[in-house]
Amino acid sequence: MSESAATAAVKRPLLTPFNIIAGLILAAGVAVGIYRFAVGLAPSTNLDHLNPWGLWIGFDVMTGVALAAGGFTISSAVYLFGLKEYQPLVRPAILTGFLGYFLVVLGLLVDLGQPWRLPYPFVVQAGPTSALFEIALCVALYLGTLFVEFTPAAFEWLGWRRWRRLVHSMTIALTIFGLILSTMHQSTLGAMYLITPDRLHPLWYSAHIPVHFFVSAVIAGLSMVIFESALSHRVFADKVEITHEKLDSLTIGLAKAACVALGVYLAIKVVAISLDNEWALLFTPYGHWYLFEILGFVVLPMIGYAIGFRERRPTLIRVSAVITVVGIVLNRLNVSIFAYNWRLPSHERYWPHPYEIIVTVALVTFAVVAFKWIAGRMPILHEHPDYRGEH
Amino acid sequence: MSISRRGFLGGTGVVAGVAAGSATARAGGGMDRFMGYPDAMGLLHDTTLCVGCRSCEVACAKVNGKPKPAGPLHDKSIFGKMRRVTDKLYTVVNRYVKARGNKPAVYRKHQCMHCQEPCCASVCFVKAFTKTPEGPVLYDPSVCVGCRYCVNVCPYYALGYEYENAFNPTVQRCTMCYERIKKGDQPGCAEACPMGAIVYGKREDLLRLARQRIAKFPDRYVDQIFGEHEYGGTSWLTLAGVSFDKLGLPVNASHKPLPELTSGFLSVVPLVITIYPGLLLGFYAWTKRKERLADQAREAAAAEARAAAEEAGAAKAAHQKKLAESRQKKAVDLAVKKALAQADREREAAKAAAAEEETP
Repeated sequence: MSESAATAAVKRPLLTPFNIIAGLILAAGVAVGIYRFAVGLAPSTNLDHLNPWGLWIGFDVMTGVALAAGGFTISSAVYLFGLKEYQPLVRPAILTGFLGYFLVVLGLLVDLGQPWRLPYPFVVQAGPTSALFEIALCVALYLGTLFVEFTPAAFEWLGWRRWRRLVHSMTIALTIFGLILSTMHQSTLGAMYLITPDRLHPLWYSAHIPVHFFVSAVIAGLSMVIFESALSHRVFADKVEITHEKLDSLTIGLAKAACVALGVYLAIKVVAISLDNEWALLFTPYGHWYLFEILGFVVLPMIGYAIGFRERRPTLIRVSAVITVVGIVLNRLNVSIFAYNWRLPSHERYWPHPYEIIVTVALVTFAVVAFKWIAGRMPILHEHPDYRGEH
Repeated sequence: MSISRRGFLGGTGVVAGVAAGSATARAGGGMDRFMGYPDAMGLLHDTTLCVGCRSCEVACAKVNGKPKPAGPLHDKSIFGKMRRVTDKLYTVVNRYVKARGNKPAVYRKHQCMHCQEPCCASVCFVKAFTKTPEGPVLYDPSVCVGCRYCVNVCPYYALGYEYENAFNPTVQRCTMCYERIKKGDQPGCAEACPMGAIVYGKREDLLRLARQRIAKFPDRYVDQIFGEHEYGGTSWLTLAGVSFDKLGLPVNASHKPLPELTSGFLSVVPLVITIYPGLLLGFYAWTKRKERLADQAREAAAAEARAAAEEAGAAKAAHQKKLAESRQKKAVDLAVKKALAQADREREAAKAAAAEEETP
């Protein structure tokens, strides 16, 4: 970053409306967090013996990991599959991914009964028959990978040329490692539900659920990149390197990919219903909810992407991206909460406690604030002048 | 230990430093079915004998140092609401069918079923659960991280968690009175039951006893021993006079142990680690090659264009030369012609002049 930009950063006023609101949310989150650790999970959550997993697992972990999939999606496309024109989107996607996984770990720490024992599976006693063991291992390694992938931006900002060169030389290896880890844990998050055919509603349960989770994670990654890049271009109009026209053309390209991925996803969902012959269930209340998810958040944005791509309408594409992201959130919440324990009577079902919602909102706010802080200082949305074209 | 078959990385030896080969993988294919430990103990609950006195609840609370169960025992109004197993209530008796005419009410005692191949043990990422050869599934609180995956997947909703404990919360559930049965005593509930509705013994013997009862009183029992095969079987066996779905049990439960549903997927996962690097490097090489070929093609095309341009230039020069030559020739010819014509004219003029001179 240039000198003038650095001084501009210092001079920026602190009490902007954004900072005040974000600060209040973060303060509330910290307060609830302290309360949760002081008194335990019972007073601060609606979790119970029938519903031991709530919003913190369903949203912060399940959804967070899916929405952070942009990092591996874009970096693989650019570095492994040669789609070089998407290079300007790699760094924001990696940063979003890193912050997303960081949020996942924070959410997990709040939710665990004894979070200080988190390293136990690796240092005390391993339980390798558990899908969760694989996820814990992959997420830990991938968080590290994303951090290393992010460091070149920090090193450029700090002016540490040697370190930057070292990490830069590992780009391909890091990208391959990230893609391996992501394929594994994104699908294994779905595999966590393979063992629960009786507790997860049959429309969402499938022997293929790991594949459903992986494909929808790719969709989530692409849609998040479309959404996040549009937002950054608006917020950081002075920092972005590529023109709006260039971003529009990249957005249109991403829309094509997202449209195809949504088509694949729709197809494998139909295959799952067909294989288990669950068509009759579509005419039950849960079936209507399922159709709402599929028609409203898979078919609709797929059509939106297709039209947006054909007629080159970036705004329509961005709207479709937002709908898709909401759909991924809905899907993960359906699997982990709404369609889970579906046999239980309504009074024994789970609904998040306001404190749970506060912590989740605070975590998302934290990620947004961190992105804003880093992107406002480090060469994330633009190339560092000293390393132009060096990718 | 039965559930360790085909875990993630188990038996493959990959990433040895992390997994430390802790999965004592059974036969490589892992297809052999675990039929339960021989001589393992179990309990048989005959719901046709249960009168809902809840003596078992009281005994259980006493043995495990838990608070006394709610309400006086003679107060049947407690059955108006379905109660669940919690961290303070390891076992709970519920009324599933109300008394009607001369048909008595149907009660069932619920608690951890002590599965032959337990989900809780399979999903635990610190391997806190062990199926003991004696029958009980035991839990080691000293390694528990508190993720509650076990509580979340139990098909019988039979695990409780200490949500009120802020600093050392653990999973709480029936232990089949492991300490007591090791000493040769009966579990608390079986000892307390005044109706003989809970029988403790070797699981094999209990299965025989249950079959005998069904054979002897076919009108009294449905022809199913819940727990013989359901989800791979359980140490608790249940007999009933009504369909088990009326008693809150998954009557059509598959006979396959639930952990098998995950182990198949997890056994594929190491393939990602082994196949992806080669595959992706292949893709990378392919992309690079395509780029290189495109560069080469571009260069070749440029060279060709250059050559063509040069050739075209030469041809043009030659043509121009020819053109110039022909133009020159034409000019020369013209000049010669002109000169000749001039000469002719001059000769004509001279001739005419001479003729004029001669004529006068």
